[in-house]
Amino acid sequence: MTHYLLSIDAGVVDWSRAQFALTAIYHWLFVPLTLGLAVIMGIVETCYYRTRKPFWKDAAKFWQKLFGVNFAMGVATGIILEFEFGTNWSNYSWFVGDIFGAPLAVEGIVAFFMESTFVAVMFFGWKKVSAGFHLASTWLTGLGATISAWWILVANAWMQNPVGCEFNPDTMRNEMVSFAEVALSPFAIDKFCHTVISAWIIGAVFVVAVCCWYLLKGREQKLAIESMKIAGIVGLVASIGAALTGHQSAARVAEVQPMKLAAMEALYNGGIDQSLTGIALINPFAQPDYEQEAEAPMKIAVPYALSILATNDPHGYVAGINDILNGYTKPDGTQELSIDEKIERGKLAINALAGYRQAKFASSDDGSVASAHLKVLQENMQYFGYGYLRDKSEAVPFVPINFYAFRVMVGVGCLLILFFMVVLFFLYKKDITTAPKWLHWSAIVMVPLAYIASESGWLVAEFGRQPWTIQDMLPTWASVSNLQSSSVIVTFFIFLALFTTMLAVEINILLKQIKKGPEYQS
Amino acid sequence: MSYEFLQQYWWFLVSLLGALLVFLLFVQGANSLVGSLGDDAEGRRLVINSTGRKWEFTFTTLVTFGGAFFASFPLFYSTSFGGAYWLWMIILFSFVLQAVSYEFQNKLGNLLGAKTFQFFLVLNGIVGPVLLGGAVATFFEGSNFIVAKENLVDVNSQLSTLNSQLPVISQWANASHGLDALLNPWVVVFGFAVFFLARILGTLYIINNVNDADIRSRANVRLMGSTIAFLVLFVAYLVHLLLKDGYAYDPVTGIISIEPYKYLHNFLEMWYLLVLLLIGVVLVLYGIIREYLNGKCQKEDVNCKSSNSKSIWPTGIGTVLTVLALLLCAGWNNTAYYPSTADLQSSLTIANSCSSEFTLTTMAYVSLLIPFVLAYIIVAWRKIDSKKLDKEEIRTDEAY
Repeated sequence: MTHYLLSIDAGVVDWSRAQFALTAIYHWLFVPLTLGLAVIMGIVETCYYRTRKPFWKDAAKFWQKLFGVNFAMGVATGIILEFEFGTNWSNYSWFVGDIFGAPLAVEGIVAFFMESTFVAVMFFGWKKVSAGFHLASTWLTGLGATISAWWILVANAWMQNPVGCEFNPDTMRNEMVSFAEVALSPFAIDKFCHTVISAWIIGAVFVVAVCCWYLLKGREQKLAIESMKIAGIVGLVASIGAALTGHQSAARVAEVQPMKLAAMEALYNGGIDQSLTGIALINPFAQPDYEQEAEAPMKIAVPYALSILATNDPHGYVAGINDILNGYTKPDGTQELSIDEKIERGKLAINALAGYRQAKFASSDDGSVASAHLKVLQENMQYFGYGYLRDKSEAVPFVPINFYAFRVMVGVGCLLILFFMVVLFFLYKKDITTAPKWLHWSAIVMVPLAYIASESGWLVAEFGRQPWTIQDMLPTWASVSNLQSSSVIVTFFIFLALFTTMLAVEINILLKQIKKGPEYQS
Repeated sequence: MSYEFLQQYWWFLVSLLGALLVFLLFVQGANSLVGSLGDDAEGRRLVINSTGRKWEFTFTTLVTFGGAFFASFPLFYSTSFGGAYWLWMIILFSFVLQAVSYEFQNKLGNLLGAKTFQFFLVLNGIVGPVLLGGAVATFFEGSNFIVAKENLVDVNSQLSTLNSQLPVISQWANASHGLDALLNPWVVVFGFAVFFLARILGTLYIINNVNDADIRSRANVRLMGSTIAFLVLFVAYLVHLLLKDGYAYDPVTGIISIEPYKYLHNFLEMWYLLVLLLIGVVLVLYGIIREYLNGKCQKEDVNCKSSNSKSIWPTGIGTVLTVLALLLCAGWNNTAYYPSTADLQSSLTIANSCSSEFTLTTMAYVSLLIPFVLAYIIVAWRKIDSKKLDKEEIRTDEAY
C-alpha cells in the first residue's frame, strides 16, 4: 500500500503539477460563473429589449455588475494557464505543440477578441449604442466566452483522447494530420456539452441564491422573483442536461480511458454485470491494495448500473484495475496487452527511435538500418509513452481522489435537479416569498456545493488521466520543463497568495454589491 | 502554398501581432504616468477609465501572440517560456495584477484600497513594457539555451530518478532562467526604448481620448520628455543592431553561422523592410511633432482651432510599421530569430522551429478570420469612443 502523503515527490514534476492544478482550480472558480451568468443576463436584457420596461434594464445592469467583478478574475487566471504550458511543461509544448497549439491560437483569434471587444460595449455602452447593439454585445460577450470554452475543451479532450495526429521521427514530435478529428472528436463534443452545461448550473444557482437572500431580507422582491424564474428554468434544464451528458461522457471514458473509469469506481477486478458503487470505505489518503483486495470494503452498490453507465448494456463488460494491469480480452475478442508488455513495447519504440536518429545521421548507413529501426518504431509507436514508465503501478491513478470526487459530483448533481424542481414548484405553484426559510437558506448553501461538484468533475478528469499528460503518449515526468524545483515552489506560493487574496477581494466586493442591490433608474 | 511560404507567412503574422501588441502598450504607457497626468483623485480616475476601456485589447493581443507562437513555432514556445521562466513569470504576474485592478480599484469592499490597485496599474505600466521589450530584444541579442532533441530518447535519462536528468529537449544553460537577459545592456536599452515608446503612445492616446484641458496639457509635457528618452535609446539600439553580428542559416543544410552585419545586410537585401522601417519612424515622429505643435498652439493662442490632432493614429501606425520591420528582419532572409549564445546550432530559425506544413496550412485558413475580427473591433472601438471621456461622464455613467 502506498501512502499518498509520503509519496509526494518534492521535485519539479510534482510542484509543476501542483502549480497547474492550483491555477486551473482557481480559474474554474470564475469561468463557470461567467458562462452561466452570461446566459441569464442575456435573457434578462432580452426581456428589456422586447418590453422596454426600465425594470429589466436595471435588472440586467445589476447582474452585469456582478458578472464584471467575476469576469476580471477569469481573465487574470486564464492567461497564466495558457503560458504555463510553455513555462512549466515545455517538453509537452514541443512534443505535441503542433496539435495542441492550434486550438489555443484559434481561441485567441476567434473567442478572446470577441469577448474583450464586446464586454467593453456591454459595460460602458448603455448610453453610447442602440439597445439592439447593446443586446448583441451582451450576447456576443457570452458567445465569445462559450467559444473560448469550446477551444480550450477541445485541447483538453485531445489530452484525454489524442486523435488526428501521427508521430514524425524526423522532427521528434507528434504532428496533426486531421484538424477535423481534433476539433470535432466525440470526446471533445461530450466534454464541451457537459462542462458548459454544468457552468450554466453554477450561474443559475448563484442567481437563485442571491435572489433568496433578498427574499430572506424582504427586499428587491420583484427582481428576485423575475430573476429566479429565469435562473430556475436555466438551472433545471442544465442540471438534467448535465446528467445526460455526464452519462455520455462516462461511456466515452470507459471506451478510451478504462483505467480512469476503474479508478473512479474503485473497481479492482472487472467483468460483466458490474454494479455501480454508491459508497465504500476507502482510505482517502492511501492508494488501496487493489492487487490483494477483491473489492473496496463496505461497498454498497446498485446492480448492473456500472455496466449500463459504461456500455449502455446491463450485462456489458467493464475492466477493473487488475484487468488493465494484467491484460484482458475485450468483448469484441481482441486482447488488450498487460501494462508490463506495453512498457516493454514502449521501450522498444524509444530505442528504435534512438536507433533511427543515429542511423539517419550516420554517413555509413545506406538507409537500411534506419528503415529497420523505423519499422520497429511504427509497430510499437502506440505504446511509446509506456516506455517512460518504470513500473506498472505507475499506470494506476490515485484511486481515492477519483472515487470520492466522482461521488461528490454525481451526488450534488442529483441534489441540484431536486433543488431546482422545488424552487420552480414554489415559484409557479406556491408563493416563493412566503416559502419556508429553509428553502431560501438551502439556495445559499447550494452555491458552495455546486462549486465543489464542478471542481470535483475536473478532479476526476485530470487525476483520472494520471500519470499521463497525454493519454498513453506522454507521462508527466517526460512533459515537464527543466527547472529547479525551488523556482516552481516560489511561483507556486506567489500564485497561491495572489489568487487567494484576489478571491477574497472578489467575494467581498460581490457581497457588498449584492447588499447594495440594483440601482433603479425607473 | 509551399511549406517555405507558410513559414514566412506565419512569421509575418506573429510579427504583426507583436507589432500590434507594442502599439497597444499605450495602455501601460498611460498607466505608468497616471500619477503625473491626473493632478487629483478624479483626474487619475479619468486617466484610468480612459485606458480601462481598452486594456482588454492589449491583454487579448498578448494572449493571442502567445497562442499564435505556440501554434506556429512550438519550439520557440517550448524553449523560451520553459527556459526564460522568471522573465515570463514576472511579465505574467504584472499582467494578472493589471487585469483585476481596473475592476476592483473603485469597488466598495475591495479590501486593499484604491491606491493599492492603482499602484498595481503603475507597476504593470512600467514592468510590462520594459520586460516585453527586453524579451523582444533577445530575438537579436540571443539567449542562453541548448536544444537537444535526442534527450527524448536518452534511455539513461528516462530511467533515472525524477530529480536528476529529465528527458527535456530544451534546456537553459544557466540557473537564472531568463533574468540573465537583463545583464545585457543592449537588452535593457531596448526594453527602456519600448517603455518610453509606450509612454509616448499613452500620452497621445490620453490627449485624443480625454476631454480635460488640464490632463491634456500635462500629457503634452510628458510627451516631450518621453520622446527625448525614446529617441536616444532607439537610435542607439538601431545603430548597434545595424553594426552587430547576426546568426544566419543555410536554407539547404540548416547549419547556422555567424555573419557580420547580418541585420544591416537584411535591411539592404530586403529593401522593402527598410522602406517600412523608415516610413514607420517618420510617422512616429510626425505624430509627436504634430501633437507638440498642437499643444503649443492651444497654449499660446486661445483661438487655436485645432483642438484635437488625433496624433495617436500616425504615431500608432508608425509604431506598428517600425516594430513589424524589426521583427521581420529578425526572422526573414535566413536569419536565426532566436539565437542561442550557448550553442550556435541550437539557435531557432523559422524553418527549424515551426509547426508541420499541415498545421501551418490549417492555421493559415483560420487566419483569414483576422480581417473580420479587426473590422468588428474597429466598429466597437468607434462606438465607444464616439464621445470623449470627461469627468462628468465618470461621475454619472458606468465607470471603473
